[in-house]
Amino acid sequence: METATKINKKIFRRAEKEKTRQHIIGIIFLAIAAFIWFVLARTTSPEADTLFVMTPGGSTVVSPDLKFNSLLMINILAVLSLGCGIFQYFKGFGKYTNFVLVLVGIMLTTSFLAWGARGGSINVGGMLRIMLMRSIPIVLGALSGILSERAGVINIAIEGMMITGALVGAMVGSLYGLWAGAIAATIAGGLISIVHGILSIKYKVDQIISGTIINIFTIGITSYIVTKILQEREWQYLNESGIFMPTGIPLLSKIPYIGPILFNHNPYVYTMYILVFVLTIALFFTKWGLRLRAVGEHPKAADTLGINVFGIRYVAVVLGGLLAGFAGSYFSLGSAGYFNQSMTAGRGFIGLAAMIFGNWTPVGALGAGLLFGFAETLATNLGLLGVPIPSDILLMVPYILTIIVLAGVVGRSRGPAASGVPYEKESL
Amino acid sequence: MEEKKDSGKKNFLKIFYEEISRSSVTIIILAIVTGLILGGILAAATTKEIYEAFDESFKTGITESLKFIWKTYSSLFLGSFGNPKKMIASLSSGESAEMRKAFKPFLESLVVTTPYLITGVAIALGFQAGVLNMGGEGQLYMGSIIAGWAGWTFKGLSPIIHVPLALMVGVLAGALWGLIPGWLKAKTGSHEVITTIMMNYIAFSLSQYLITGPFVDPNEAFKTPFIEESAHLFRFFEDPLRLHIGFIIAILVAVIAWYVLYKTTWGFELRNVGLNPHASKYAGINSALVTILAMTVSGALAGLAGAVEMLGVNFRAVQSLTTGYGWDAIAIALLAKNHPLVVIITSMLFGFMRQGSRVMQINTGIPIDIISILQAFILFFIAAPSIIRTIYRLKEPKQTEPSSLISGSGEKI
Repeated sequence: METATKINKKIFRRAEKEKTRQHIIGIIFLAIAAFIWFVLARTTSPEADTLFVMTPGGSTVVSPDLKFNSLLMINILAVLSLGCGIFQYFKGFGKYTNFVLVLVGIMLTTSFLAWGARGGSINVGGMLRIMLMRSIPIVLGALSGILSERAGVINIAIEGMMITGALVGAMVGSLYGLWAGAIAATIAGGLISIVHGILSIKYKVDQIISGTIINIFTIGITSYIVTKILQEREWQYLNESGIFMPTGIPLLSKIPYIGPILFNHNPYVYTMYILVFVLTIALFFTKWGLRLRAVGEHPKAADTLGINVFGIRYVAVVLGGLLAGFAGSYFSLGSAGYFNQSMTAGRGFIGLAAMIFGNWTPVGALGAGLLFGFAETLATNLGLLGVPIPSDILLMVPYILTIIVLAGVVGRSRGPAASGVPYEKESL
Repeated sequence: MEEKKDSGKKNFLKIFYEEISRSSVTIIILAIVTGLILGGILAAATTKEIYEAFDESFKTGITESLKFIWKTYSSLFLGSFGNPKKMIASLSSGESAEMRKAFKPFLESLVVTTPYLITGVAIALGFQAGVLNMGGEGQLYMGSIIAGWAGWTFKGLSPIIHVPLALMVGVLAGALWGLIPGWLKAKTGSHEVITTIMMNYIAFSLSQYLITGPFVDPNEAFKTPFIEESAHLFRFFEDPLRLHIGFIIAILVAVIAWYVLYKTTWGFELRNVGLNPHASKYAGINSALVTILAMTVSGALAGLAGAVEMLGVNFRAVQSLTTGYGWDAIAIALLAKNHPLVVIITSMLFGFMRQGSRVMQINTGIPIDIISILQAFILFFIAAPSIIRTIYRLKEPKQTEPSSLISGSGEKI
């Protein structure tokens, strides 16, 4: 009897928590609607028009521009988010909540852009294209984190693996060509992840400590090589790799609107699409993926069923390392054309944030990466819009969002249960 | 009779050897030695002259490498401690200018040690309570810039009021930066490693905004004004020597932290929560409160480190990249096995290496970054003592040591 009431209480408590969450998100939607209405709409004159240029600069495929009345658009978006807010507060979207959250976010940014460019124009096509490019290292880093954390190994050394990948990519790329550079960077990331694997799986060193050691080492050694070798004039040819040029996918790149934004990029973007797809299939629709997730959630049970816990963990960590190294090579081979010590600038950690934000799923990570990429793009474009928000403040948004998500206020995010716990095989 | 005695002696030596090979101090010393050897090999392998010597003959190559490694580490030593001969000569001559010059490297090393020591204690305290504070960097940043703000905003105060006031606001800023992740961990179970790293980046962006926006010096872009003279920390010597009272504060912080951790009830509770949060809960310890407090105090101390650095050395904030104190402090705390008094020694190791590496770079062309590589090597061997045991064929310890030095308990309390 007593236990039954206890369980009932627990269920009741959980339901209550869900209810508060629903209300909080509803209030957020309403606040967004109020912001659009009272701040943006109030300061827009009824005659002003906004022009969204949809063709990214330099694209050969021309998409028709979108022109509309600024105030009308802002009002429509305000009403829509108001509707979402009311529905969410009283009934709730249930399992579609996160999807609606993204929709309302898009409404907010669209109305913000319409307001920023009232009486003028803004190249939205170009912004979306840059957003996609900026999101590449974040998404790839997040995928790397997902692989190893789903198997129960936290990897905070993604940043270090990335910076190594960037350096190796630039050096090998300068000598033997871009593809060789990308492959070498991938392998370099994999080699470092073996160290992480040995430390955290074999020697059962705390995974955070192991990651910290690797971060200190990689940041030190890359900086060492730059000062000792790459800055010397006679070795400078080692740091002139150049970058992959965008190549449009036939047919797909000719679709108006979508084509120039999504399908006219360098190979990194296409690899990202493929990896998100492949990892989703591999993790959630194959036997291997099921085993990997079992090892991350309950290694003891997995071991009892005859799954090789250590083997799966090693494979996951090394695959993650390969991915992180590849992600790092994007900085030198996909974006800058050379290596520079400050080029990763914490993207590995933002990748971890994207992993959490995307609830440890590849598709979620893609969404989160795009969101963070958009925040970066917007931050650099604020000056052009003449918006009185400092770009540094906007750059905080991804981090603040991650903390909020992690705290479970908006959307619940929960990692694999055994993540971070070394597995000790019991001897008979 | 004599034979028996002899064997007894042997036994004694054998026991002594066994005890030594089981001791964790041996592991730490061997880890440092091995790290230095690997660092030396790396330094030699990236120097052109060594390859030229190897071209001549293998023997000259080896001797040149050994000479080079000796030169590297001896200039590291001279850069951090100063030249002992010069020190003695200046002392016997009694000239103050000479003395200042001779003791400058040593005293400068203490200046560099100061922020390492305070942040190291901050991180160690967190580790003892089972929280992994990765946010030392951000807390230090916030403490530094807010203390600076108090330094240049208030004018005409007496130093007796101004210095403690500026230190206090810096401490509060750091404490806030620690309180948020601590509170989130205790109340919502969000892993403090991620939240503190996120707080670091928020601190960077915020301080960038402050330095370029509200706090900017009207005459110079990307820099804040200098702090008032009255907010400067007391310095012990005349100008080129920068040793300030912050070092004494740092030592005091370490001693107080040791006293609180090992001699008070609260410290006992804190360490218990770190060892086993579930058991302490049954023992009636409010582990959520302890976690929040530990994180807040850890942040406050890191904030103090930033404030001391601002008021004692920098005097103004400049737009810059990360300092790396947060990461190094983790290494310092781990190396000291999270004991505040041992942190004094390990932070000096780091501070002296950092100071000496500048001289080393001038003399041998080996970049300062070799220090980070050395740190990583040493930590690698300390984190996985089995590797050192295998290399040097040491005995396993009698008791089964915990496989890792600290446990990353990210679970909800």
